[in-house]
Amino acid sequence: MSEYLKPLPKPTPISRPFWEAARRHELMLQRCEACGAFIHYPRPRCPNCFSDRLEWRRASGRGTVYSYTVVRRASSRAFADAPYVLAIVELAEGPRMTTNIVATPEKVRIGTPVEVYFDDVTPDHTLVKFKPA
Amino acid sequence: MSLKGTAAAIGIGELKPFKEPGDLTALAMMGTVAAEAIADAGLEKRDIDGFLVGVPFSDPGMIYPGVAAEVMGINPRMLNQVDIGGASAAGMIWRAAAAIHAGMCSAVLCLMADVNKVGDQRVPTVSVQREFELPYGNIGANCGYAMIAHRHMHEYGTTARQMAKVAVDQRRSALKNPLATFNERPLTIDEVLNSRMIVDPLHLYEIVSPVSGGAAVVVASAEIAKRAKHPPVWILGAGEYSNHSTITYAPSLTTSPIVPAAEAAFAMAGLKPTDMDFVCPYDCYTITVIVTLEDAGFCKKGQGGPFVMEHDLGYDGDFPCNTHGGQLSFGQAGLAGGMSHVTEAIRQLMGRGEGRQVKNAALGYVNGNGGIMSEQASLILERRS
Repeated sequence: MSEYLKPLPKPTPISRPFWEAARRHELMLQRCEACGAFIHYPRPRCPNCFSDRLEWRRASGRGTVYSYTVVRRASSRAFADAPYVLAIVELAEGPRMTTNIVATPEKVRIGTPVEVYFDDVTPDHTLVKFKPA
Repeated sequence: MSLKGTAAAIGIGELKPFKEPGDLTALAMMGTVAAEAIADAGLEKRDIDGFLVGVPFSDPGMIYPGVAAEVMGINPRMLNQVDIGGASAAGMIWRAAAAIHAGMCSAVLCLMADVNKVGDQRVPTVSVQREFELPYGNIGANCGYAMIAHRHMHEYGTTARQMAKVAVDQRRSALKNPLATFNERPLTIDEVLNSRMIVDPLHLYEIVSPVSGGAAVVVASAEIAKRAKHPPVWILGAGEYSNHSTITYAPSLTTSPIVPAAEAAFAMAGLKPTDMDFVCPYDCYTITVIVTLEDAGFCKKGQGGPFVMEHDLGYDGDFPCNTHGGQLSFGQAGLAGGMSHVTEAIRQLMGRGEGRQVKNAALGYVNGNGGIMSEQASLILERRS
C-alpha cells in the first residue's frame, strides 16, 4: 500500500468527537441545545446564538450537492492526482460541508442526492466523503 | 459622523508587474512605489505621518508595519497592517481617511508589494481550514469561485459566454495600458472558452495570473490636498462587510457581503450606482465581476450575465469597467493586485487615463474583495470640478 501524501486533519479538543465518529463510520454533528441549530464544522460556541451548550448528535448521512467543481489542476502538488470532485453538500440536518463526491464527474450535478461514504485513507484517519444515493 | 469628503487620494505609485522577479524583494519594491507615490503627491518622505501596509506572502513576519517603516525611514503617528485579503487595498483607503478624520495623522502611505516566483505554492490557512478544507483538496481560491460560478449558473442561468465576455472587454482596455501584463493582443470569447479548463466551469483565461509587483497610494487631509500636484480624488463613501471566510459556510454562494458594503458606501456618499461614470470591481475571476455588479446594485440580482452582454465594458464603452484591464489582464501581485483597482480609479479621476481615459470621469465605484467573496470593501471616489 502506497503512502498517503495528502493533508490530513489534526483534531482539536473541539473537533475530536467528529473525527473519532468518522473512524467508527458514523457522521456526528454538533447541535446547539439553546437554539436547536445543527452546526458544521465543530465550534467552541454556537455561531448562531453564541451558547456554549453544544451536544453531539448522530446525523442521517443524507444530503444533496449544493455546488461542486471538478478540479482538473490543483494548486497543490499533494493533489497531483486530479481530476477530483470537490463539493459543498447540504446535509439533511441543514449545515453545509466541504467534501468530495466519490463518483465520476458526469454523475454529479447540483441537487444530486448523496449519502455519506467513509474513506479510511490511513489506519488512523477517516475522511467524510459522499456518494450519489 | 461620516468620512464623506474629509480626505483625498493625492498620489500613486505602481510597478508594471513581472513574471520573473530575479533578486527583487517585496521590501525593495515597496520602497520603489512608496517613493513614486510620495513624489506624485508633491510631498517629501518626512510629510508621511501615517502608514498602512499589507504583509507580503513572500516575506511575512511579526510586527511587520514597524519593520517596513524602519526600512524606509518613516516615523508614523499611526501604523498598522490591513489583512482582509484582496479587500485590503480598498480597506486601507477608508482606514487612512478615518485616521486623518480622527486627527491621528495627516498624510497616510498605503503600501503593498509582493514577489511571486513561478511554481510557488502558498496555502496560508488557519487551523480550522487545514482541518476541514485541505484534506478534501479545497485549496487556494480557484475551488471556491468555481463553486460560486456553478451555483450562479444553476440559480440564474448565467452562461460561460457571459462570464467570458468580462475578460474579453477588460482586455480591450488593457491594450491601452502600458503597465498591464497582458496588453499585446485582444481576446475573443471563443479563445476564453477554448482555454484550458482548470476548475469547472472556470477556464484559464477567467483566472488571475500571479505576478510580482507593488502599488502605493498617498491619502491626505483636505489641507494637504490643497497643495497637491494633481487634482485630489476625494473619498466620498466607504463601506465594509464580511459574513464568512470559507464559501461553504456562507449564507449564500451567489449573494455576497458586497450588498451591505456597497449600500453603506453609496449611503455615505449620498449617491446611487447610476451616478457612477465607471467602476473598478475586484476581478480575481470573471464570475466575481458579475456577482459584484449585481450586489452593488448596477443591475438586478441574477441579471449580471445578461448585463455584461448588453453593455460594452471597455474604457470607451457605455459601462467602463476595470479600465486598466482588471487583474485578469493586469496581473495579480499579491495584495497589490487589489490596489490596481484603486490606482486605476484615481488615475481616471485625475484625468491621467491616457489612451484609455473615460470621458468626463467625475465619480467612480471601487470594490475590494477578499478571500472567497468573504471580505468586502466598497469606495465611492470623486473628482471635484
